[in-house]
Amino acid sequence: MLAVNPRRTLAQKIWDRHVVVPGREVGGVMSPDLLYVDVHLLHELSPQAFDGLRLAGRRVRRPELTLAIEDHNVPTKDIHLPIADAVARAQVDALRRNCEHFGIPLFRMGEREQGIVHVVGPQLGLTQPGMLVVCGDSHTATHGALGAFAFGIGTSEVEHVLATQTLPMAPFRNMAVTITSRDGRLPPNVTSKDIALALIARVGVNGGQGHVIEYRGNVVRGLSMEARMTLCNMSIEAGARAGLVAPDEVTFEYLAGRPHVSTGAPWRQARENWATLHTDTGASFDREVELDVDLLEPMVTWGTDPSQCSTLSGAVPDPAFSASPAQRLSAEHALRYMGLEPGTMMRSIQIDRVFLGSCTNGRIEDLRAAADVMRRRRVAPGVVMLVVPGSMRVKAQAEAEGLDAIFLAAGAQWRAAGCSMCVGLSADLLVPGERCASTSNRNFEGRQGKGGRTHLVSPVVAAATAIRGTLSRPEDLAD
Amino acid sequence: MQAFETHRGIGVPLRRSNVDTDQIVAAQFLKRITRTGYDDALFYAWRQDAGFVLNQEPFRPGTVLVAGPNFGTGSSREHAVWALMDYGFRVVLSASFADIFRGNAGKSGLLAGQCGQADIEHLWAILEDRPGTEVDVDLVHRTVVADTFRCGFDIDEYTRWRLLEGLDDIGLSLRHTDAIAAYESARDTWLPTTAPVNR
Repeated sequence: MLAVNPRRTLAQKIWDRHVVVPGREVGGVMSPDLLYVDVHLLHELSPQAFDGLRLAGRRVRRPELTLAIEDHNVPTKDIHLPIADAVARAQVDALRRNCEHFGIPLFRMGEREQGIVHVVGPQLGLTQPGMLVVCGDSHTATHGALGAFAFGIGTSEVEHVLATQTLPMAPFRNMAVTITSRDGRLPPNVTSKDIALALIARVGVNGGQGHVIEYRGNVVRGLSMEARMTLCNMSIEAGARAGLVAPDEVTFEYLAGRPHVSTGAPWRQARENWATLHTDTGASFDREVELDVDLLEPMVTWGTDPSQCSTLSGAVPDPAFSASPAQRLSAEHALRYMGLEPGTMMRSIQIDRVFLGSCTNGRIEDLRAAADVMRRRRVAPGVVMLVVPGSMRVKAQAEAEGLDAIFLAAGAQWRAAGCSMCVGLSADLLVPGERCASTSNRNFEGRQGKGGRTHLVSPVVAAATAIRGTLSRPEDLAD
Repeated sequence: MQAFETHRGIGVPLRRSNVDTDQIVAAQFLKRITRTGYDDALFYAWRQDAGFVLNQEPFRPGTVLVAGPNFGTGSSREHAVWALMDYGFRVVLSASFADIFRGNAGKSGLLAGQCGQADIEHLWAILEDRPGTEVDVDLVHRTVVADTFRCGFDIDEYTRWRLLEGLDDIGLSLRHTDAIAAYESARDTWLPTTAPVNR
């Protein structure tokens, strides 16, 4: 066996804490470590996992470490009515029956704590530093912003966690992404969404494959907790199953007083424990990437995967200049699907729809930033804008601050919480050929509806785009 | 899970990189509550195009998919694996797989074999020159044979063993119930539960 470096990365430390049974030889091969899961989040898309349990006569081992939330296919308007889509309704009903049967807490559509699982978990303080968090959703990486080890799993693994509260896992490799600027700040109207897109453009959509990413550097230290969530959320778009940030005062301040966070002596114990959660000096990473963001500009995708992006001030690239024949083929495919010509300036591209929301950019800070841009302005004629808060708490908070009034006065639609146009499972869809500036995470073909064309952007770019009707940044708007 | 040792079936060349799980099975099919019956959902949008490889006669009954690199990128939907299997695929060969897809494949009994890109290109050439060529995949010896071409493939040892034995992961982990209980009794008391709180 290889000598183990006694200096550990943050991800390795969290991993070590969760080993229930270390890997050992079984049938002539090494089995993976069996890891304990601190919190398991569920949504309505994994009913098959419960069927598996029933078939095998198994129970849910720890319903009180499990939380289900309706988010993926719920409508975002007329939520007081039964779900109109019979197939979606059957799936939500199945979740309700399963939670009832197995004793799992559930937040239903429209309830105070309902929302996208990755917005609700941190908001309730259910995700804390050093924890291992899983969910049957690839954007579980979001929770890594709090210094947790969090990753998405498939339905078979959901069933496994329900039955055993553990998962057998082969180890990840470690990747450091160090994000720096001279003063630790980002240029005006440049956000952690733009950092994520710039990183993916640099390393590719499989650049993080097999790795967990630790985000470090003075810029990361200066990001708010919500901005860190956006960054970690997009780790999967770089191919990394998990991304995390070492906890610091920003983290502790965010957590203090949240509903599921301890108080008194247990809080002090937790704080002591969290102080050890950082990568040791001298720990080794399998891959290191450095990103200097002094000159970073707002980013926007032009293609059908998140690495196919450029600066907003740039133009649609010519596939002829791709780095490899495979990339050229992908770029040609993408431009055909997107209906774009090489050389077209990004800022001249007209948009039909704007989507502000998702587990990437549906938090209160995202809505505040967009509302600031849209205050006393009107959405361009012909453009439809949907604003979908990431959770009902975010919705209530935004309404308390009057943000809904700003969006509504601008002519945007103000909706209830859910995944909405990020995933194309509800009625919130593009029609074929429609072009959307979206704060979500995936620009895959048909992701927002069959034939729909997605440009991924930050919330401030989404807001400015809604006003001008073409891809824009706030500086483009006249006073 | 059905055990897997060897498989012989028609190879299907899919000359695309970064095939994401939204293309393998679109979101609209994720609302179903069953675990089977996704054969019609597989590559739904692409199959509307008469020129798509699975719409060409010799490839239609294919069972070994030979795809470009980073296959299965994107969402965690295990439906992507189920749809491939419901259609009839038992094997996907690619130069690389997205992590979650690879894990899901191993849990459901779909063999995700990693070959060098040069070997993939060679297989593409054979399958396109002689459509309908059958490919032999041997998990015991980790080999792929198509006509006179032969190459190896990689798969992690533990997944290979489980596939060969047809073993259910949950059953294996439940053998450790005592260790799980011991771990639980030592967990920190400040760790949260999901039990409702009124704050």
